[in-house]
Amino acid sequence: MRYSALSVLLQGLTGKAPAPAWRSPAPKPEYDVVIVGGGGHGLATAYYLAKEFGITNVAVLEKGYVGGGNIGRNTTIIRSNYLLPGNNPFYELSMKLWEGLEQDFNFNAMVSQRGVVNLIHSDAQRDAYRRRGNAMRLHGVDAEILDRDQVRKILPFLDFDNARFPIKGAIRQRRGGTVRHDAVAWGYARGASARGVDIIPHCEVTAIRQQNGQVTEVETSRGTIRCKRLALATAGHSGITAAMAGITLPIETHALQAYVSEGLKPFIDTVVTFGAGHFYLSQSDKGGLVFGGDIEGYNSYAQRGNLANIEHVAEAGVAMIPALSRVRVLRAWAGVMDMSMDGSPIIDKTHLPNLYLNAGWCYGGFKATPASGLCFAHLIARDAPHKVATAFRLDRFARGYLIDEKGQGAQPNLH
Amino acid sequence: MASLIPCPHCGPRPKEEFTVRGAALPRPAPDAPVEEWQAHVYLRENPRGDFAEHWHHSGGCRRWLVVKRNTATHTVHSVTDAAEGRP
Repeated sequence: MRYSALSVLLQGLTGKAPAPAWRSPAPKPEYDVVIVGGGGHGLATAYYLAKEFGITNVAVLEKGYVGGGNIGRNTTIIRSNYLLPGNNPFYELSMKLWEGLEQDFNFNAMVSQRGVVNLIHSDAQRDAYRRRGNAMRLHGVDAEILDRDQVRKILPFLDFDNARFPIKGAIRQRRGGTVRHDAVAWGYARGASARGVDIIPHCEVTAIRQQNGQVTEVETSRGTIRCKRLALATAGHSGITAAMAGITLPIETHALQAYVSEGLKPFIDTVVTFGAGHFYLSQSDKGGLVFGGDIEGYNSYAQRGNLANIEHVAEAGVAMIPALSRVRVLRAWAGVMDMSMDGSPIIDKTHLPNLYLNAGWCYGGFKATPASGLCFAHLIARDAPHKVATAFRLDRFARGYLIDEKGQGAQPNLH
Repeated sequence: MASLIPCPHCGPRPKEEFTVRGAALPRPAPDAPVEEWQAHVYLRENPRGDFAEHWHHSGGCRRWLVVKRNTATHTVHSVTDAAEGRP
């Protein structure tokens, strides 16, 4: 069924319960493409494989439920404000796909281009942000530098005269914003399912079988499934799935917490980030302030963090917006991230000709969901990388072509 | 991560006193092949389970420690001084 205002009205009048948005059939014995991981990237890959490349004999295997992993655990921010040429065109393609996504997959994902404001606290930081803004504009991405008075007009409640971290200005990307993250998973699942893709929840892959240097089948908790091509999109657990195919990745798994406050009346109508610590904040349409900070710093597969980090994030928030001091935190949770050795992702072929890898998203995977799906589908369908994803190679570490936005080197907990 | 790390020199201390560095890996020989060094710098087993990691007791005795712990349950199994080698 096509969703529209008319369909809402007719369904309301007839009083029929809505049909499920996607099918969840039992797995077939064989597929042309099996995608491991039913999160945002896996579902987007299936959607674009079916829609753009006409490959519909596809299964998406999800060990939990659809939307239960990082697609439902992030802080919903989208932006394309990257510095390096390996990253920037990719994230800008993602932004363009976000801009047309709801019309494309006929689902209300609440894409809201409310802008992303990164605060500047020192002259050196202004220089660094100007450089990034110029790089963005050279790539055709919007960026503007705001002075202190311009920031004051948009965000009057910031602590501009904080003794230690005074606010000197900001860099702003107006086209950035937020998206209802669950609806992204649901929209892609619905669009893929309608085109014939089988979305199979509670189906955990336990082994990858090879014959003559090719992947032939996967063992799962719901039986053996043969596949002509196998695609891994299991960020957070990429090390585990890749190890089933004998690959050791340049990735560590780390936990990142996110937080939401009690519902408030409209307070902040943009995304704002603190420049003197790691803190980012926006307000959901329900009224909760959604915010987050750094990863926990130690390897972890547990989807929970420590209280010390909650305190640290709250301190950064209050240093930026003193009015936050009396806001109560409603919930805190964590997701596990593929922290790569240079802070950038991997979308590449592997040493096995029919095994494809999508991994290493660090904590920037949500904004990349549409472009990641499209580029991964391109790689699987054509056996060649999409032109904006040519830098995301698995062998770039050995070859010395790292894409290190932060310049931290091979220390995943610092990216 | 567990809230307490039992430092072999200072006893159980809050984990906030410690700074994590990363996997405790044996260092290749200086003249080892370049592939071995690349693997040492960039590739990680990244286990879901038992794991040996370097932590610095930066807010205490300032010794480098090897913490053996579980990355899924966060249980700390053992902590030894890094000068004694891997446990």
